[in-house]
Amino acid sequence: MVTVEFAASLRRHVDCAAQTVAPGTLREALEAALKAAPGLAQYVFDDQRAVRKHVAVFINKQMLHDRVHLNQVLVAGDRILVVQALTGG
Amino acid sequence: MHTLMVATRKGLFVVEGLGAHWAIVAHHFKGEPVTQVLADPRDGCWYAALRMGHFGVKLRKSSDQGTNWQEIAAPAFPTKPAEGPWADDATPWNVDLLWSLAAGGPHERGNLWAGCIPAGLFKSEDSGASWALNTPLWEQPGRKAWFGGGYDHAGIHSILVDPRDAQHVTLAISCGGIWQTQDGGTTWKLTARGMKADYLPADSADDENTQDPHSLVQCAARPEVLWVQHHCGIYRSVDGGLQWDSVVAPAPSGFGFAVACDPNNPERAWFVPAQADACRIPVDGQMVVTRTDDGGASFDVLGAGLPQSHAYHLAYRHGLDVTADGQTLALASTTGGLWVSANAGERWQCVSNDLPPLAAVKFVG
Repeated sequence: MVTVEFAASLRRHVDCAAQTVAPGTLREALEAALKAAPGLAQYVFDDQRAVRKHVAVFINKQMLHDRVHLNQVLVAGDRILVVQALTGG
Repeated sequence: MHTLMVATRKGLFVVEGLGAHWAIVAHHFKGEPVTQVLADPRDGCWYAALRMGHFGVKLRKSSDQGTNWQEIAAPAFPTKPAEGPWADDATPWNVDLLWSLAAGGPHERGNLWAGCIPAGLFKSEDSGASWALNTPLWEQPGRKAWFGGGYDHAGIHSILVDPRDAQHVTLAISCGGIWQTQDGGTTWKLTARGMKADYLPADSADDENTQDPHSLVQCAARPEVLWVQHHCGIYRSVDGGLQWDSVVAPAPSGFGFAVACDPNNPERAWFVPAQADACRIPVDGQMVVTRTDDGGASFDVLGAGLPQSHAYHLAYRHGLDVTADGQTLALASTTGGLWVSANAGERWQCVSNDLPPLAAVKFVG
């Protein structure tokens, strides 16, 4: 199984515990995890269902650079972490 | 007692007052950019549009004047088509900023309009529970010629629902002219005749589709009278926007962003001048409001109570509002100044010099 965890900076808006989902592509894993908190999806994805510019997704320790396709194949034991990226303001 | 909603770069402030006594009484969404607000006169609900730095545009609603807020759906574009005339659209199909919010007609309870950057118009028929893109406007071919004025993409900043007929809606778009529908959004007509854009090549200056109206307002008692603070000056229409007449630039300047008009007097309107496009500060460091009482033939310059030395405030599009009786005004600057006037601008009183950059002020009721 794959673990998907959302950082506190996201959970303060829409709470969502860490989710355990079936292996598949990264998009499939994120979509499956967000079924537990559908309102959180609008914080993670933009209108076109790409990862928002100021949201960062890590697969294990590697930060994702492709925000659109999300077709990386995950294997059992992978850990996905979704955090807010550094930005100004 | 008046209640004023103040949208800022760091949250929504609520100000209450009357006459000479005003105070900030609440601060909601601390630290979050609030780009627009609406107090729906039909049911009393408040709406606040947020532009979260990390997480995009969000919309919050309160049915108890801000005591409690709930997140509701925010306008969002549909999936961009991979084929057809819009497959190569250079404009992103992502809402970047919710710039305007308007209640539908008095008998259209639940109907709301939202204008965005990029210039999508969205309608809700269920008090914000869901939103749908107005495709007739979004897919009209001329949209590809629109462009951003200060932002990366064109946007809808002014939405006027005709008090006589809610099917008649007028929009102002920077930079995309003035658009009107008479059938609730099924068809749209470009109505910017008379406006001139000196930022375009001379032979394109009359192009209605690329005018930059900074702000558009309508006289409630005489809805056929409209005022625009345009990028290139002030315009007024007395025939519902079919023809726009240039107003001779008043002293100290005809450049600016904000306009408010008297809801009861079609001859009276207020503007907040800045020096020029290339120098967006008060002329000579003196902050003033200009007011016409004769349809733009002449203006009074009103500075009493506003900073008159080394003042560099700029009022943005939604930084000026007036109460329904036309007597009390609120003026907000992008450098954190908030003033009110209880006598139609004759004298101003500072509420705060220290607020975050101010995006919009709206009186409740």
